[in-house]
This record gives sequence, structure tokens and C-alpha cells, in this order.
Amino acid sequence: MNYGVVSQEQLEKIDEILSEQLIKIGVDCVIIIDMAGNIITAKDNGTSKYDVYSFAALAAGNFATVDAMAKLVGEQEFSLLFHKGTDCNIHFSKIDEELLLITMFGKHISLGFLRLNVVKALEQIRKLWGVK
Amino acid sequence: MSFINLREKIVQVKVVYYGPGRGGKTSNLEYINRKFSKQIQSEMVSLKTHGDRTLFFDFLPFDMGKIKGYELKIQLYTVPGQVKYNATRKLVLKGVDGLVFVADAQEAMREKNIRSLNQLHENLKEYKESIFKIPLVMQYNKVDLRDQGIPILPTAVLEQDLNSKLKVPYFEASALTGYNVPETLKKIISLTVVSVQKKLL
Repeated sequence: MNYGVVSQEQLEKIDEILSEQLIKIGVDCVIIIDMAGNIITAKDNGTSKYDVYSFAALAAGNFATVDAMAKLVGEQEFSLLFHKGTDCNIHFSKIDEELLLITMFGKHISLGFLRLNVVKALEQIRKLWGVK
Repeated sequence: MSFINLREKIVQVKVVYYGPGRGGKTSNLEYINRKFSKQIQSEMVSLKTHGDRTLFFDFLPFDMGKIKGYELKIQLYTVPGQVKYNATRKLVLKGVDGLVFVADAQEAMREKNIRSLNQLHENLKEYKESIFKIPLVMQYNKVDLRDQGIPILPTAVLEQDLNSKLKVPYFEASALTGYNVPETLKKIISLTVVSVQKKLL
């Protein structure tokens, strides 16, 4: 997969998936980044304002660190990466070796419900990109 | 690896400042952050230890304006310079498009510069990148210390040590006063943009 350049059509479809599966259920903000810290796309609910560029750099670093820690203890990866706050939570999931889906959501959404919807979104995105 | 968003017409390019510990990588970014505040819309992110040493990286997103209708966003990173942090240095190098090697021009730092450059060469190999191919600019930092009587390596020696095979553009600089800091940045941006254009367009 070459994600260096993503077509307008692909991005629109991805945005549709993110809106349908995640923004609609009340997620504040969802970002797809690559492991180098670049933003592929970002979608929010219209009210939250995050500095997504700094966020992407830190999130890529964070994920890479956790991944390296997993390898140190003999795990292939830690499949659930989740930060819980009082008002805001952050959930990370791997789309493939190069891409991450990051979801920021408030206290009114349960983690289980969010994860179900993240899985659905991931399946659709992978299908779109032909990732196995 | 750079990323081009065709819908919003944004190009993101990753430039990493690499070099030995206490060489002035963070100071380069701090100077850029102060000097070009109009082009920088967000805060500089610094992950550092209590002793003010870089722990993971510094990050500074820099807006270059538009080129051929595309908005160019340069993501500037530094690596932690301390020897023990090579694992984190490698993580920061992931997807790098252009590099500035910040060497410390003090005589006492001669060996550390060479070691750090060698390690950069090894680290890039792990990402299947070559130090001979990737856009690279050398910066011989701290030349201002010469006026304070601190022994500084002549540029010819630094060139011989670090740049005799690479033959990349170089600048004497002072990250503290800003001397040649913008010039280094301009050079690496132009080299990187040309290389990204070749790769992706």
C-alpha cells in the first residue's frame, strides 16, 4: 500500500467511515496518523479544538514507545492502548504497520461501545485500502 | 516519510535535528520558535528530563506558506543526544525526510561528533535509508565560543572529520545567537522539498 499520497476519493470515503462509525456516536475527535507522526486525516464533532499536529507527533512517539516496551517483554504488541482522564479519554488502535487510528472521547461513551465501533471502522478502512 | 493530502492540499515533511548531546539541537529549534513565531501556530513540544535534557524529542511545526498551491508544513524534530538514548533516537528517525547534523565545534567534542554521525549512519540503515542519499545539512555549532577563548576546531578539520565523504552543504553556526540558524533551516527545507517532489510527484 502506498499511503504517501492518498487520493481525494479515498480520503472522502475514510472521512465518511469515521463520521458514520465514530463521530455519530458522540466521539469528540478522531485522527488517522502514520507512525512518523504525519496526519492523514482528522475529523471532529465541530466543537472540540485540539492542536492535532502536535498531538500526532506525540501520539506516534507514544505508540512507538509502548510497542518497543511490548517487544522487550516478549509480546508482539499491546493491542489495547487507552488513556483514561476525568473528562477526556484517548484510544489508540493500529490500522496496519504504518497507520494508527486515534479516538478522543468523553465520559458519556463507554470504552466497550467505543471499541466495537472502532473495530467496525477499522474493518472498513482496511477494506478500502486493501490491507489484509 | 512525507505525506501529501490532495484534498486539503497540504504537504507534511519531517526534518530531524541529529547530533551529540549538548550540541545545540534544542537551541536551534528554540531560536527558530522565537524568530519565526508568525509561521508557528502551535506551541513547541519538548519532552525533557528535570535537568532540562531532551528525553524523547522536541517538536515544532513550521508553516512555509504555499508552493504551487500546496500548503507546506515542515515538522521539525530533535533527537535526544545522550548516548544512552539510542532506542528513542531511532524512533524519532522513523519516516524522516531531511536531516540536520548539529556538530559541536569544541575541540573536546571531536570524537563525540564522529561517533554520533556513525550511529546516525547505522540507525538510518535500519530504516533502509542511506546517509549518502537522504537530504542532509551539516551545522558546526558553537563557533561563538571562540571569542571566549574556548578551543574550537577549525572548519577544515570538522569538514575532514564529518563531511569528507558526504560532501553536503555546511554552516558554521551559533544556535545561541542565531548565527546561520535560519540559513541551515532554509537549506535543509529546500533540499528536502526537492527530494520529496522527486519521490512522490
